[in-house]
Amino acid sequence: MTRRAVISAGLEASLPAPDIREVARWQDYLSLLKPRVMSLVVFTALTGMVCAGGALNPVLAGVAILCIAVGAGGSAALNMAYDGDIDALMRRTQRRAVPSGRVQPADALALGVALSLFSVGIMGVAINALAAGLLAATILFYAVVYTVWLKRRTPQNIVIGGLAGALPPAVGWAAATGHAPLNAWLLVAIIFVWTPPHFWALSLYTTGDYAKAGVPMMPVVRGAASTRRQILAYSLLLAPVGIAPAFTGLGGPIYLVVSAIGGLILTALAVRLVFSRAGDAAPLLPAGRKEGLYDVRAAARPARDLFAFSLLYLFGLFAALLIERAPMIAHLVQGR
Amino acid sequence: MSDPNDEDPAAARARGGRNLLLAAALLGFVVIVFLVTIAKISGNVVHH
Repeated sequence: MTRRAVISAGLEASLPAPDIREVARWQDYLSLLKPRVMSLVVFTALTGMVCAGGALNPVLAGVAILCIAVGAGGSAALNMAYDGDIDALMRRTQRRAVPSGRVQPADALALGVALSLFSVGIMGVAINALAAGLLAATILFYAVVYTVWLKRRTPQNIVIGGLAGALPPAVGWAAATGHAPLNAWLLVAIIFVWTPPHFWALSLYTTGDYAKAGVPMMPVVRGAASTRRQILAYSLLLAPVGIAPAFTGLGGPIYLVVSAIGGLILTALAVRLVFSRAGDAAPLLPAGRKEGLYDVRAAARPARDLFAFSLLYLFGLFAALLIERAPMIAHLVQGR
Repeated sequence: MSDPNDEDPAAARARGGRNLLLAAALLGFVVIVFLVTIAKISGNVVHH
């Protein structure tokens, strides 16, 4: 019996049968696209597009951003279609449309394939082949390499799979100019190195869920102490990579200040995490008290703080790049 | 295939909502193709 079959069998035995009267609303199909992840993808792709500085028609720029958003949504739907079995085992994900039975996996798969083909096709026809190719690679990397190959097999799943989430700035850059130079890949590198500390910090206080679903996240496989050390290592790497655009002509003084201060705080939070007991087995709760889904034990707070700050850090870096180019954006919009 | 006449009101409302979303998506696709065509044509006119 394969690992997937074992998980599925366990799921069937442990969960009540889905309520067949529950019908899918349009909001359920929209939720398959993971709108919050989509918004982050759009933000980083837009930054890549603006940093590229090309003279793309604003209508075509809007279409390119829409294609990137729809492509991200399509790959999310493919992920949800495949992961319905393990999503049903985790508290954080068991109310999603597929595990709760409101949307059939085949319907989610069809939606994902349709949106992926649409986004890549329109990008190729309306913008350029490089942007379409990079978008196709992003979708395939997330839906196949991460979801199907890596997620259930290795604790390096989010390290390697993180490339899918890191590529949107390069797609945006390619859409604007038709090429993707080193500065575009520097933005990709920032998100790529940012991904492990961000997701491992989250997994330090959701270890139980991942273990129950059989997902080999780093704290489940190597333990909390090893995960905390690896978070520090990646944070020490992320701080200089984050500052680098200030020295390659991509970022200006605002970016330098934001990335330097942000890198220092991130490193300090990672050092604090290493000396904490975040992710270690927590003592049992008093009889009769149940732990809420997003309850964070006191020992896990350093992990929660790093997780929250890492989001702010990434947003700050990309927002600084956008702010420094605000006059150019205004000129482009008015000038066409 | 279920008979739409036998649907309960909640299911009918949900189906109506899904149909509207699909209609909006198709309309959006037509608008995108139109806008891209206009943008491409005007770009070529400027270059000539």
